[in-house]
Amino acid sequence: METFLSNYAYAFTLAIMCVGLYGMFFKRNLVKKVIGLSIFQAAVIMFFVSLASKMGATVPVKWDEIPIEMIDGYMNPLPHTLMLTAIVVGVATQGVAFGLLVNIWNRFKTLEEDVLHNAIMEDSDD
Amino acid sequence: MIEANLPAMFVVSYISVALLIVLAGVRFKQSAQPLATMGALVAALLSIVGWIVVQANTDAGFSAIRYGFGGWAPPIGIEFVLDGLSAFFLMVVNGVAAVVLWHSAGNIEKHLDAHPPTFYALASLFLLGLNGMILTGDLFNLYVFLEISSLSSYALIAIGSRQAPLAAFRYLILGTVGGTFYLIGVGFMYAMTGTLNMIDMMDIVPLLAQEPGVLVALLLMIIGIGVKAALFPLYGWLPESYTQTNSISSALIAPIGTKVAAYVMIRILLYVFGATELNAVWPLSDAIALLAGAGILFGSVMAILQKNLKRMLAFSSISQIGYILMGVALMNPLAFAGALFHVLNHALMKATLFMVSSHLEHQEGSVDIRDFNDSYRVKYPWSMATFTLAAISMIGLPPMAGFFSKWMLALGTIEAGHWFLFGVILSSSLLNAVYFFGILEKVYLRRSGQKEASKDPMNEVSWGMRLPALMLAVALLVFGFFNAPVLELLQSLFPT
Repeated sequence: METFLSNYAYAFTLAIMCVGLYGMFFKRNLVKKVIGLSIFQAAVIMFFVSLASKMGATVPVKWDEIPIEMIDGYMNPLPHTLMLTAIVVGVATQGVAFGLLVNIWNRFKTLEEDVLHNAIMEDSDD
Repeated sequence: MIEANLPAMFVVSYISVALLIVLAGVRFKQSAQPLATMGALVAALLSIVGWIVVQANTDAGFSAIRYGFGGWAPPIGIEFVLDGLSAFFLMVVNGVAAVVLWHSAGNIEKHLDAHPPTFYALASLFLLGLNGMILTGDLFNLYVFLEISSLSSYALIAIGSRQAPLAAFRYLILGTVGGTFYLIGVGFMYAMTGTLNMIDMMDIVPLLAQEPGVLVALLLMIIGIGVKAALFPLYGWLPESYTQTNSISSALIAPIGTKVAAYVMIRILLYVFGATELNAVWPLSDAIALLAGAGILFGSVMAILQKNLKRMLAFSSISQIGYILMGVALMNPLAFAGALFHVLNHALMKATLFMVSSHLEHQEGSVDIRDFNDSYRVKYPWSMATFTLAAISMIGLPPMAGFFSKWMLALGTIEAGHWFLFGVILSSSLLNAVYFFGILEKVYLRRSGQKEASKDPMNEVSWGMRLPALMLAVALLVFGFFNAPVLELLQSLFPT
């Protein structure tokens, strides 16, 4: 119980991650899959940010009142900067995903997986 | 001077070419293909220079060339590392890419429904991502380059048949899950070691060998990279993507895309986690070797069942990447040299086979194996001869290069004491023979409807397309004859 309470942020990110994975693999609508993808990536970003959080620490700018040796006094900026990059990657991924969806819509006039499956089956019969 | 900056020049040359193509493409559409080819050619020459410099350095006792970005010293800043292994992979990737892009000129008009400058800019970005993945010495930086190459490959795959965007979308979903799993693994490793630099982490990981967190991180990373490498149960995106995309993209992505993922597997398994005696604690690399073995058999059996040549080649890719991953996971110098030699061979073979399939698609409009007959031999003598050379190498008959890599892998399985995997290699060669001889029999022996098939006029594609494919096939023969020095060099790359 104690470990759960001190690590509850990780349990929540795990739960969000599972919601995202569920959306990606079990929803039949392609837009909902992209929504699941974005939830999944957001969960990972939160995982990194909670990894780097420190109680009572300040921004990583050298300040005379906290000596630089006192590492508990400063936040670790690296995970946050990494996540800025990961957010950019996530936005780009979703952009490509929606671009593909527009293409699929123009060709098949549907985004439901079952209907698409039937359309493909008809294509390959010819 | 040039030596110290060499690692950064690969990425610089590709990014400038990609931007130049877009700018020049506004006025001169025709300039896109030569520019992209030039970019890949420059990178290929640079990688040869890199290989020579690294070899000279090793002989002189220096370590790898390390390039720190922005002047930050390595453990803090991001660095590129050029050592023997990365130089070898750079030569394979950039060399094959240059030939494929040269070959693609003949396919643009008929098979590319996209604006050529856009397509070639994407192809350059794809190669940029792969080069970055090979060169980087930083685990998070690797994720960024992985996503650059993946995002451009989704777009490249979406250009193709009616179903191509759907195949690309499936790949995007699976590929993003893979990439994100890798990222979580990196997060775990950062939390435990406090560093992202591979060389720095190599020193810290042995102290943590018994921690369960290391196993979790390694598993997450391997699952993530396994999706990109099409390791056996994670291959789902590959067959449809390679089948539905246009013939230029399949010839570009199929030979080198999965190889770079295999390279990342080598870096992580043998370098970053190499010193931890992994197998003493968890039989992880044995598990990968067995999965790869299952993939070899599965890919070969599925390839036999296919009626479409491109889909057959896609399933055979799953089987061939199995050889490479198995050789990596066996973790001994023989299997390692075999796996690296197979990286080279398979890149040459798959590029050749996909090029020939694009010749057939170009002239006949379809690549249905059931339509193959002896009129093909008369109509396409050069293409079919090229195909035969690559197919023989694929099956693994001497003196083609494919024989020697499989031979080394078989020796490696014996060395590791995995007799089951030895059997897998032998039986898979037989299965390869079934599907390739099936095609060769149809082309060289089967009678077509008419009695005198030889009346068909020769209907071969232009020399600009024949020559690159033939060059790669002949390279297979050359590497087969001069296998001994190559294998010796590759064996020396095994990390000690």
